[in-house]
Amino acid sequence: MTTFDTIESERLYSGRLPAYAPYLVLLIAFAASGLLALLLGWGIVPFVIVGGLIAVVGMPAWSAVVENRRAATDRLVTSVIWAAFAVTLVPLVWLIWVVISKGVPAIDLSFLTHDMVQRLDPATGKLVAGGGLEHALIGTLLVTLGAVVISVPIGLFTAIYLVEYGKRNRIAKVVTFLVDVMTGIPSIVAGLFGLALFTLIFGVGTRMGIMGSIALSLLMIPTVVRSGEEMMRLVPDDLREASYALGVPKWRTIVKVVIPTALGGIVTGIMLAISRVIGETAPLLVAVGAAEAVNSNLFSGRMMTLPVFIMTQYSTATPQGYARAWGGALILIVIVMVLNLAARIISKIFAPKTGR
Amino acid sequence: MAKSIDVSDVNIYYGDFKAVEGVNMTIKAKAVTAFIGPSGCGKSTFLRTLNRMHEVIPGARVEGKITVSGQDLYDPAVDPVEVRRMVGMVFQRPNPFPTMSIYDNVLAGNKLNAKRMKKAEADEIVEKSLRGANLWNEVKDRLGKPGMGLSGGQQQRLCIARAIAVEPQVLLMDEPCSALDPISTAAIEDLIHELKDRYTIVIVTHNMQQAARVSDDTGFFNLKAAGQPGHLVEFNPTKKMFTNPDSESTEAYISGRFG
Repeated sequence: MTTFDTIESERLYSGRLPAYAPYLVLLIAFAASGLLALLLGWGIVPFVIVGGLIAVVGMPAWSAVVENRRAATDRLVTSVIWAAFAVTLVPLVWLIWVVISKGVPAIDLSFLTHDMVQRLDPATGKLVAGGGLEHALIGTLLVTLGAVVISVPIGLFTAIYLVEYGKRNRIAKVVTFLVDVMTGIPSIVAGLFGLALFTLIFGVGTRMGIMGSIALSLLMIPTVVRSGEEMMRLVPDDLREASYALGVPKWRTIVKVVIPTALGGIVTGIMLAISRVIGETAPLLVAVGAAEAVNSNLFSGRMMTLPVFIMTQYSTATPQGYARAWGGALILIVIVMVLNLAARIISKIFAPKTGR
Repeated sequence: MAKSIDVSDVNIYYGDFKAVEGVNMTIKAKAVTAFIGPSGCGKSTFLRTLNRMHEVIPGARVEGKITVSGQDLYDPAVDPVEVRRMVGMVFQRPNPFPTMSIYDNVLAGNKLNAKRMKKAEADEIVEKSLRGANLWNEVKDRLGKPGMGLSGGQQQRLCIARAIAVEPQVLLMDEPCSALDPISTAAIEDLIHELKDRYTIVIVTHNMQQAARVSDDTGFFNLKAAGQPGHLVEFNPTKKMFTNPDSESTEAYISGRFG
């Protein structure tokens, strides 16, 4: 029998920091930073930055002393990643906080059920604006719905062509290239396109909600094509072959096997595309203009939309105007959030089931 | 309604590359025919030409004649979709449809083709096919559950049930047991024995014992050299093939002295 000598490099055991170490470091770092802030009279921003820096440096330093080199590197990278995450979160939380705190006081039932048409107030005998965004809410929903109706079929059929029919042929390559170019179209150019198209057909001065829908669909189509393409490419060829081998024609295979399997992702892609265009201001201002009254006909006359409403209210530079702008912004954010939640629920419902 | 297949002078190409050349054979009805041979020798490619599945790959084409009871599969008037309804296929990796339940997976061939049928009729097809695939007892209480929740061997038998639910006349199997454990493999080999009474079965396998156990006839494919097209070396009854093969290279391959 020989005895084993343990040499330094072969030791399996090294010091371990306790599980609460990261929290302790954070506490100490911000306590130290707070002390400095009190002594030197710093504001909140230097306090947070210095505290974060101390934590990011302190955690690996402590680890290097107690644990080994690899653990210290791990702690360093972990700290940096958490710090980056926190930095990313700051503008998001800040934005939502500001919009909520300024928007909530502006929103009440009358804000949601009135437009901005001036009416005679019977009590005072003066002309008063309606003070609501009903017209903008209806306009945004209609214009966006129009954009969805135009862009989803075009986008999905393009994606189906690219994945199922145009396998690496020249047309598919050209289409992919053009879709990529379309992704980069500045939104105001899309608005000008909608304006120019209808001006050429119906004459100068034409204003319709559908012009905005077309401008927005120009921005939506590339996103829908891209996400649809990606999702359908993820469907394994095994499933297509299984379907063909059962004597199912290609088009039925696409409709009944490929699309259902990819549906969750496709729906998410469409919802994200909607979220992206619903807040577009420039193309709508150019193509649809602004209005004071409710107009629920997409094919006749100017329409108000939420982004344009926010802009016009803000540019009045009055306290009421600012309040209405914040209220409109909050409503817009709520709509986008609802859409995102809906996308998540829908993709969960349609996701392929593993049964485990 | 099993049918025999006649193959004469078949060459298979992927674009300009000739993958398989000069195959002649007669696959008997209501019998099991096995294809063996080293990887890349074109047995799977050849199998896929028997129901025109190789056309799914861009650039693939076939020269020569393949007839199923007198009908030329490659006649311009023949619809590949009809061919695939007559000649079913089971793949190497189990591939149940992930969006469908076990019940719907079995009925996929009918449902995807939008065939209308009564509930009782559908139930009957499902039970018959699952019994045919030796899977009924294991899944009869959870037909509504997703097909992906089954084990690998069960999934493969589900795929066999799906293939026989459309009542093909020929069943092609491309290494159906290569992803399965010995117990599932035995279950599927038993199944092949039972299915032989009703279907013409063609199976590609890398497992020599499996070919010896399940098949009546065996075809040995080989490559002359790397980059050369694969060809059929020998096609004989399995018994003769494994005891007294015509070709020396067959004997070398079967006995493991390959090279």
